[in-house]
Amino acid sequence: MVAISKIATGNGHGEDSPYFDGWKAYETNPFHPIDRPDGVIQMGLAENQLCFNFIKKWVMEHPEASLCSAEGVNKFKETALFQDYHGMPEFREAVAKFMGKVRSGRVKFDPDRIVMSGGATGAHEMVAFCLADPGEAFLVPTPYYPGFDRDLRWRTGVELVPVVCESSNNFKITRAALEAAYEKAKEANLRVKGLLITNPSNPLGTILDRDTLKGIVKFINEKNIHLIGDEIYAATVFMEPEFVSISEIIEEVECNRDLIHIVYSLSKDMGFPGFRVGIVYSYNDAVVSCARKMSSFGLVSSQTQHLIATMLSDDDFVDSFIVESKEQLFKRHKYFTLSLSQVGIGSLKSNAGLFIWMDLRKLLKEKTFDAEMDLWRVIINEVKLNVSPGSSFHCDEPGWFRVCFANMDDNTMEVALLRITTFMHKHNEAMVPRKLCRRASLKLSLSRRRDDFMSQNMMSPHSPIPQSPLVRART
Amino acid sequence: MLSSKASCNSHGQDSSYFLGWQLYENNPFHEVENPTGIIQMGLAENQLSFDLVESWLRKNPDVMELKKGGESVFRELALFQDYHGLPTFKNELVEYMAKIRGNKVKFDPNNLVLAAGATSANETLIFCLADPGEAILLPTPYYPGFDRDLKWRTGVVIVPVHCWSSNGFRITMFALEEAYERAQKLNLKVKGVLITNPSNPLGTTMTKEELDHLITFAMAKNIHVISDEVFSGTVFDSPGFISILEAAMDRNLENTDVWSRIHIVYSLSKDLGLPGFRVGMIYSNNKTVVGASTKMSSFGLVSSQTQYLLTNVLASKRFTSKYMKENQKRLKKRKEMLVSGLKKSGIECLKSNAGLFCWVDMRHLLSSNTLEAETKLWNQMVCDVGLNISPGSSFHCSEPGWFRVCFANMSRGTLQVAMRRIKDFVERSNFMGRSKMNYQQNMSSLSRKLLSNWVRKLSSPDPNEHER
Repeated sequence: MVAISKIATGNGHGEDSPYFDGWKAYETNPFHPIDRPDGVIQMGLAENQLCFNFIKKWVMEHPEASLCSAEGVNKFKETALFQDYHGMPEFREAVAKFMGKVRSGRVKFDPDRIVMSGGATGAHEMVAFCLADPGEAFLVPTPYYPGFDRDLRWRTGVELVPVVCESSNNFKITRAALEAAYEKAKEANLRVKGLLITNPSNPLGTILDRDTLKGIVKFINEKNIHLIGDEIYAATVFMEPEFVSISEIIEEVECNRDLIHIVYSLSKDMGFPGFRVGIVYSYNDAVVSCARKMSSFGLVSSQTQHLIATMLSDDDFVDSFIVESKEQLFKRHKYFTLSLSQVGIGSLKSNAGLFIWMDLRKLLKEKTFDAEMDLWRVIINEVKLNVSPGSSFHCDEPGWFRVCFANMDDNTMEVALLRITTFMHKHNEAMVPRKLCRRASLKLSLSRRRDDFMSQNMMSPHSPIPQSPLVRART
Repeated sequence: MLSSKASCNSHGQDSSYFLGWQLYENNPFHEVENPTGIIQMGLAENQLSFDLVESWLRKNPDVMELKKGGESVFRELALFQDYHGLPTFKNELVEYMAKIRGNKVKFDPNNLVLAAGATSANETLIFCLADPGEAILLPTPYYPGFDRDLKWRTGVVIVPVHCWSSNGFRITMFALEEAYERAQKLNLKVKGVLITNPSNPLGTTMTKEELDHLITFAMAKNIHVISDEVFSGTVFDSPGFISILEAAMDRNLENTDVWSRIHIVYSLSKDLGLPGFRVGMIYSNNKTVVGASTKMSSFGLVSSQTQYLLTNVLASKRFTSKYMKENQKRLKKRKEMLVSGLKKSGIECLKSNAGLFCWVDMRHLLSSNTLEAETKLWNQMVCDVGLNISPGSSFHCSEPGWFRVCFANMSRGTLQVAMRRIKDFVERSNFMGRSKMNYQQNMSSLSRKLLSNWVRKLSSPDPNEHER
């Protein structure tokens, strides 16, 4: 058998991590309020499902967005033929406007700097291809999204060097940490080409404050390295303090703009991961030009561009959506964290994202990652919740878990909380009085089962996991 | 500052193929608004059968509205990002692919991997089969996009397999061996051969003999065969289309090694005319390749909205049968119109039975049998005659004077205008003597600038180019 490539046979795809046991457990026994009430609840999936009714209403009221009105069908041909990698002008304008609105109008984005990509996944890989050669490196603050190990490294040959952040100062990105990482790269003979930050942070759910951002911009300018700001959770900031984007900071401090690039997507803010709308926004003309050519490998379907262009051009809808989404996230987050605190579970104070960074350090038998794995297996197999262990995010300290709260309905959230409470009551020596605010009636909001919609048999012979975990989980 | 990929020109867009498009964009023909503009004949699109699709859409508004049984499936689709793709979509795709092959080959949906267009499918396949610095053999003339898709980010090298007009550009065993030797001499490890069948730019389907040569060659050298069959649905005349898998099955190779080294690339951009929807796919019997490429497809999945729409379109068997038949009829008729139109101007085409273009022989119009003369003729065609046709050199053709001319991306009226222009040009050049033509007369200053920049770039060759 002749060999295929090293990339294909290696494990750079990142799916061999023991982390996926959680997914397997969920896939083989997914929770359903009626059909499978004892199934595993998926809390490892950072999806935003809280505003679908709001969006669906708009879609039903605007058939022209789906090209199915009488006039719409006439646009079909033009749309079906449109494969220009510049993207539809109306799509770029609508996205640029949306990005500006999400930043409360404090910055304006130039539609001509918007480059499409196959989701944020495609965007990250594309940026890595544009900025670094094989063997060169990016610095990434920990904890970070596990998908970066694949997106930035797999086919690009680029290395990632962690910038270690610690719980002692709430995982702040300090100058010292940045310098230490930079030195470490140097010692390993790795040429650092850039720093990638995720703001708001996945998995922390926090935003970077102005001073930290300014410090970061100063750092990258001094070292003359690129700054990639992954801002895909920008519209999920549901509480003060307000989100500050890199795009704002560079207006306030001196900065070589050729070093600044933003990755964006509609998968989190709008809850559209299936539509594969990824964006690279660069202040560097050469990068825009190169990325645009590369975007041929992952253009957004013109059918989807049309839908998004129509939707995001509707100012009333967008303005209402942004407010509604924040409200829903705020409510869910508050309820969830309050309920957890009442059984003695703390989490990092957060104001953004679709998850919390839960602190279970005191439940560890010992301060080791093995103990974290043991606890995690208990949570999956006994408590029947798929949460994500901190080690999979390269967290420096064991005992932290990312728990998603926006990908389920109220009823499922109740069940999850009940299970957590029961578990804590069993394992806490000091019992916390039950002060859970139970909902008066359990609303049986049956979310449409995926099974109704798709066939069950999605087992692929080569993969132990029926549904691609990494794709579904911005873990 | 940036990566070497960003700073080099391996993206392949300095090719005349793409420059022609640029010139067209600056001055596009319109029957009413710009009747003296450039007619786009360099874009292999199929615009002949949209009315059939539109009529289906009008009868099935639910699908576009993302409804199923009257209920909105918007949410489910918006959330669906599984890189295995919508199972129903893949089921329909494999049935459709089998239908195109007269049901002589059956495909397993589990061996089908979706990608964002054939552009992405080809790149992904190369990432899976070859390491940077390794080589893929490619028969010439070949689609200029391959220079980007197969080489740019993968770091793989293309070694051309030279084909000649003397035998209709057919792939011979000799040509394959010669290319392989050349690769060896350059210390390049050959991992596979990539063919396009039906051929772009030739518009011909491969003969059984050619396919057998390829398979035998792949067996002997222990390499992969990638068969880009994106034009398989555009075969409008005999001889029929033989897929590589059919040829392998005829030789009972299903349980041999080479079976797992044969991979097909397909897309809905050409026969269904939907390039904007970015629906490409890889088909392979090699589990490792399917596994790796499935994971890689994360970088370019097909929008769930589009998967849903097309699942329903393809599920309508009556529609697909009607479409295939009618589409082929229209392609044949349009091709014949181009061929006879050119013939009236004394220009012959390679005999073809597929594709959205003809491979046109304009060697007799060259002032000399050189690349320079071809480039000069091309300049005249684009800027003086106002037809963006694609010069053979952009397809790495080894002989100057051949041009690819597309016929399926315009109305009958526009094609008639194009034919008239060519006739006038040929008559004028016969009358005036070619060397006296001042082809720069009608060029806008922008076109002139673009052209001279391009010619300058052409004269300083990229050191990374291996094929010339």
